[in-house]
Amino acid sequence: MTSLLKHRLAWPVIALAALLLLNQLFRPDFLALRMQDGHLYGSLIDIMRNGAPTILIALGMTLVIATRGIDLSVGAVVAIAGAASCAYIAASPEPGSPATALTAVLIAVVAGLAVGAWNGFLVATIGVQPIIATLVLMTAGRGIAQLITGGQIISVTNDGYKAIGAGYLFTLPVSILITAAVFVLAAGLTRRTALGTLIEAVGINPVASRLAGLRSRNIVWIVYVFSAVCAAFAGLMISSNVTAADANNAGLYIEMDAILAVVIGGTSLAGGRYTLTGTVVGAFIIQTLTTTVYTLGIPPEVTLVFKALVVITVCLLQAPKARKLFARVKAPARPAATEPAKEEVAL
Amino acid sequence: MSPNSTLAPFAIRKGSAPRRQLRGNARYAPTFATLGLFLAMFAVGAGMYPSFLSGQVFLNLFIDNTFLIVLAVGMTFVILTGGIDLSVGAVVALSMMVAATLLQQGWNPAAVIVLVLLIGSTLGLAMGLIIHHFEIQPFIVTLAGMFLARGLCYVISLDSIPVTEGFFTGMAQAQIPLPGDLFVSPGVILALAIVAAAFFVLHHTRFGRTVYAIGGNENSAMLMGLPVRTTKVLVYALSGFCSAVAGILFSFYSLSGYSLAAQGMELDAIAAVVIGGTLLTGGTGYVLGSVVGVLVLGIVQTFIAYDGTLSSWWTKIVIGALLLAFILLQRLFTRKTT
Repeated sequence: MTSLLKHRLAWPVIALAALLLLNQLFRPDFLALRMQDGHLYGSLIDIMRNGAPTILIALGMTLVIATRGIDLSVGAVVAIAGAASCAYIAASPEPGSPATALTAVLIAVVAGLAVGAWNGFLVATIGVQPIIATLVLMTAGRGIAQLITGGQIISVTNDGYKAIGAGYLFTLPVSILITAAVFVLAAGLTRRTALGTLIEAVGINPVASRLAGLRSRNIVWIVYVFSAVCAAFAGLMISSNVTAADANNAGLYIEMDAILAVVIGGTSLAGGRYTLTGTVVGAFIIQTLTTTVYTLGIPPEVTLVFKALVVITVCLLQAPKARKLFARVKAPARPAATEPAKEEVAL
Repeated sequence: MSPNSTLAPFAIRKGSAPRRQLRGNARYAPTFATLGLFLAMFAVGAGMYPSFLSGQVFLNLFIDNTFLIVLAVGMTFVILTGGIDLSVGAVVALSMMVAATLLQQGWNPAAVIVLVLLIGSTLGLAMGLIIHHFEIQPFIVTLAGMFLARGLCYVISLDSIPVTEGFFTGMAQAQIPLPGDLFVSPGVILALAIVAAAFFVLHHTRFGRTVYAIGGNENSAMLMGLPVRTTKVLVYALSGFCSAVAGILFSFYSLSGYSLAAQGMELDAIAAVVIGGTLLTGGTGYVLGSVVGVLVLGIVQTFIAYDGTLSSWWTKIVIGALLLAFILLQRLFTRKTT
């Protein structure tokens, strides 16, 4: 039991389970799934479907963070991808055809590749701190997206395009399937090959890994490109779900949610060891939180306060200092009476 | 310059080694580049629009950005220690909401201002204590702080609350005349006073020296026996205080409280600090540079307002491009000096 509790995924999973249980207590049919018109329905499916873009971005973010980086530009990439593909569809001669939808997807992916390559260039080649390098596009990117849409919300009607975010395949929403495929791909590529170890090596000590003959630059490039492409797909999902591109609000603050998902999942912002599974759990926690607020009947305006409290609690539970403190309080032998009290005040 | 000064030796001194001089000058270079850019932009504006070259256009840059100047001051302290504070925009909004709500209920404005400053400082202090005691990254803690403050705004009200109280409207309309038919608002005086105080604290006190030392190398600072922990916590409290002041100034400016106000203002503050020549790794930078950074952001907006045909999103693109230019410039100079 103790060894199980020490597992790095223990706390995130417990937190998720507790949240789901809480929902189940308040709404007995919460965990139930039902079949309707050949589609699966239920709160769990909703959580997965609404959380798909965040999970996708968080997966890319995990690898970036593992190299000791951070990617703040993902929200802007979501806006750019949605804007570029919808602008293309709206302007094309056949706005309804599947070929147009496919080209739109390609355009979004190319936009993601370009942004990722640019971020990678700034971080790996120029050597700019990741947080500022990506801040450039976080600021400018949304402006570029607005430039593409001309400040308007572009609506499109294309069944193929709509399927990405709102369609169903094999009884499951397409967005869940895309996200699952990316997860399997990322986990397979990084855990079944040496890539994952190399990424961790760069994150733990960039200088040492370079001296050991590792091409850290290429690794850094790869993770930023991967992150941006994930964000581009998330942008496709978000814009396709509402069949419109909103350059102002699409993916607003999604970078924050993604970073939170990574941290809650147990990957340290200091780089090094990472866990993709943890990230997925973390993203589910964040999405479930939003659902919980509705289930419990908490007014929606309190959501952010609730989220802040949960985030702080989960982060505190994971902080080594807090764990030590926890262990000391539980240990019966001469507990340091004054210090825990002081830390209590500190909170 | 007192012996405590953290300003690099700038004047040519007799007997000092030439290499050290280059270093001293190089440390100022990004800030001077910002100043040069600002002057160049002003000159271009004057060339394009005849009415641009007036004292009032220049003073309006201060009047329209008092809150951002104060925010950038607090942010400079945090970034100098190598940290970051993402909560400032949300704390500005919270301060405005609290002020507007309490004033509507007939509170005394002095009491409201004191309470708002207390709330801001307490939030900052709490974040600093969590960052310090539990060793969680500032990024995450201040992000949670941002959610909390923004969430509290929503809890207070989702609607915009007008401020009609006499003192606040008085401050909004007051103009302090200057020679030559010019004027500034009282907020400008307050903001500049805060800048002056920050300059003094940063360059002429132990606290300021410790801030630079932590940013330079936290372990070395600790080993030198500097009060690293207290300073790190205080820096966040200071940033919270500055955010609350900025909130009050923004209330003077906009005469309302709205829960969605000041969204993304933390990015503007960070951009101003970076453009002003402060390294995000900490240890190098000047508070006056951040002020020039705010003026550069302000002049970009003035340009777009003057042009009339450019859409608002060009502001974002230009700010992003400026950020990029200054990052690359800094990169050049940090390579040279280290």
